[in-house]
Amino acid sequence: MASTYTLISSQVLASSAASVTFSSIPATYTDLVVRASARDTGAGTTAWLQGKWNTSTSGYSETYLTGNGSAAASGRVGSQTVWGASGYISSDAAGNTASTFGSTEIYIPNYAAATAKPQSVFSVQESNSASTGVIISSMAMLWNNTATISSILIQASGTFDIGSSFYLYGISNA
Amino acid sequence: MTDTPQAVEVNCTTGEVTTRPLTAEEIAAQEAAASAAADQREAAEAEDKAKADAKASAMAKLAALGLSADEVAALSA
Repeated sequence: MASTYTLISSQVLASSAASVTFSSIPATYTDLVVRASARDTGAGTTAWLQGKWNTSTSGYSETYLTGNGSAAASGRVGSQTVWGASGYISSDAAGNTASTFGSTEIYIPNYAAATAKPQSVFSVQESNSASTGVIISSMAMLWNNTATISSILIQASGTFDIGSSFYLYGISNA
Repeated sequence: MTDTPQAVEVNCTTGEVTTRPLTAEEIAAQEAAASAAADQREAAEAEDKAKADAKASAMAKLAALGLSADEVAALSA
């Protein structure tokens, strides 16, 4: 049976870090999946992930739908210098219950095709608290660039805490 | 003294993991991106709150005109 979901690389932080980069990504898969379980050392109960493909600083846009249990919102940001510019790819932060981490998945179809790169994002922050720190977001992102994605920068809004983990998978058509 | 933020890079071809301090330019760019997102979220949430407040005000005025709670709810559904 063909292996269609392959772990390319992973990083679990033993020390805090501001960013994690996956570089020299092989162009041999059909799609990429980024999974992150992240917590920020910053004060407060809200933090988020942002990043760049190929260190590019242009061509990012996103349309988001987000809710926190009492209010829901939808919006769009365009012509951004990073992905995650809306601030709704959430992670937990130091003000949340200890050892809680936000979960994010970014799906990147056809990352090696010479076309613009639409992506889907699903992100949840759950803080094991009845009153604060719960956010769920879905997002349609676009990187308006035809280059093959060969590196992925994931950066914190502050600093990623110890134990934050990042996984990059390759999807192959069977 | 604040420690310089660190960048972790994983080479997916060789498996090599490199940790280095962010440059001043990288720190500035990251802080600017985070600040812009905070501003974006704050503006979006203020806009949403204004809409919710306006809706609640309109519903209260309808109720004051004599509409029942069920009638107000039907209008806002």
